[in-house]
Amino acid sequence: MLNPNLKLNENLFSDSVEQVPIRKGFGDGLLEAGKLDERVVGLCADLTESTQMHLFRDAFPNRFIQVGIAEQNLASVASGMAAMGKIPFISSYAMFSPGRNWEQIRTTVAYNDRGVIIAGSHAGVSVGPDGGTHQAIEDIAITRVIPNMIVVSPCDAIEAKKATLALAVLGKPAYLRLAREKTPIITTTDTPFVLGKAQIMFEPKNGKATVGIIATGALVHKALVAASKLEQEGINVKVMNLATIKPLDVEAITKLAIETGKIITVEEHQIAGGTGSAVAECLAKNHPVHMGFVGVNDRFGQSGTPAELIEHYGMGVEGVIAKVKELI
Amino acid sequence: MLNDKQIFALQEKANDIRESIITMLLAAGSGHTAGPLGMADFFTYLYFHGLRHDPVNPLWPERDRLVLSNGHINPVLYSAMAHSGYFPVEELKTLRKFGSRLQGHPHREFLPYLENSSGPLGSGLSQAVGMALADRIDAGAKTEKTIYCLLGDGELDEGQNWEAIMLAAKYKLHNIIAIVDRNNIQIDGYTEDVMPVDSVAKKWESFNWHVQEVDGHNFADIDNAVNRAKAIFEKPSVIIARTIPGKGVPEFERDYHWHGYAPNAKTAVEDYKHAFNELRTLGGKIKSEHQ
Repeated sequence: MLNPNLKLNENLFSDSVEQVPIRKGFGDGLLEAGKLDERVVGLCADLTESTQMHLFRDAFPNRFIQVGIAEQNLASVASGMAAMGKIPFISSYAMFSPGRNWEQIRTTVAYNDRGVIIAGSHAGVSVGPDGGTHQAIEDIAITRVIPNMIVVSPCDAIEAKKATLALAVLGKPAYLRLAREKTPIITTTDTPFVLGKAQIMFEPKNGKATVGIIATGALVHKALVAASKLEQEGINVKVMNLATIKPLDVEAITKLAIETGKIITVEEHQIAGGTGSAVAECLAKNHPVHMGFVGVNDRFGQSGTPAELIEHYGMGVEGVIAKVKELI
Repeated sequence: MLNDKQIFALQEKANDIRESIITMLLAAGSGHTAGPLGMADFFTYLYFHGLRHDPVNPLWPERDRLVLSNGHINPVLYSAMAHSGYFPVEELKTLRKFGSRLQGHPHREFLPYLENSSGPLGSGLSQAVGMALADRIDAGAKTEKTIYCLLGDGELDEGQNWEAIMLAAKYKLHNIIAIVDRNNIQIDGYTEDVMPVDSVAKKWESFNWHVQEVDGHNFADIDNAVNRAKAIFEKPSVIIARTIPGKGVPEFERDYHWHGYAPNAKTAVEDYKHAFNELRTLGGKIKSEHQ
């Protein structure tokens, strides 16, 4: 059952659940952050509507910088603006930022400790028909490895808006991972959100959970649906929404591992280096348990519908269920 | 305009800075020699005349910003900072040592007075453009700040520079002055052999920058160019400083091998005795304390 304390969307298991792209939450959040603090500036590399930064651009044209198709410049210009007291958000597709401009992010943003927020849209294979060149499935790995960097991967548009507003006041280098495709709304405006805190969204009605599922981003919904189906089969699981991948909520993850003894991670990302690896690093040290990893297994993406691709790479509801059964 | 007395004072100061560069490289046992010596005059001009700054209050918000893009010439930056009072000159000898504030390439976590960390080439100008954009948002056209960005000519191989050059021109950032150290060398050889960058001036011009070329060892020339750049309102400015790499030590001058090497600590004092003495006496113009 859903954790009642989190005041989640009661309609989330329905076929008619409202669906909104996660990136839309970023666009709304940035607009609001811009209203709250005039130091907020937006920079984009020729993907303003696609990354939803157009809302900010239209409201604050003097605080919007269009840098053209130049992601390396994008990151370093933002670093310079942060050095002068601005709160820069930069947006592009995740494949290009933090992909193309990784070294600029490492040196001019993180090494300089400048509070630039990198909004990477179109993360994951659910980008769909554009194909593998545009599907960032290595971005969590390459950002979480950078010192000073915060990494956040919201599960829906509402959480993305809250994350955007939270990062706007943090003053730290941060990567905000966003998805293109419409994603079911899981949370509500009343759902608490704290950077660095994981949440147990699903728990057994009765008895003890035998597997802990730790999911992040757009696949949290798949994990919740899988949990609900498993519950009907009499298999008790817990589902954690891990919105902040760095810093990791070590306490909550360790607690879940102690309680369940088995952990599965679910992410629209390469298995190597991503959320699963972060969780494995944490548990290897604190409480080693048997783990399973749902994600892309050392392959590139390709064209297809988002649903086809999620299924193809084994990251759909059935993929999660199969991984749980494999483990118990 | 600088008068003769001011010019002589700057020349003397530049010599102190060159001496410190050599002293610190000898103490470090590694580092870059040619670039720092070549840019000693320009840095002296900035730190002792051109730059609006306050070493006692390094984070004064209204200060000009100096972004060093080619971080490997940091011995000249550290030396100019020490001599103008940011930290003790004695500390220069800690260059590249464990625990030193003077990291092998500038790192502002260790030395917070630095405007930026640098080393990987090609990203300083972007940061300077970001500073100029932010300043433009805050102060508008009437801004009194100048954002200086110092970069190398070999560094122009990096494509990111040209992204930044385009952006600065697009926003007509009159509050930025880029200074290119045109010393014609980079690690692997002469720039025109490794990757021709000429005509540097025509390239920047065609990207809509105001371009000036100066003798990077002539203080009057430098001063005129900086003042002219500040008077340009409709576009960003670049000053291409023609410099002699290794300037001040004839054995090092124009030899690209000195780009990335430090003099041998054991033999340097004897090897370059004459040259170091010339430095100390400003080519015989002043009486050396050692004479």
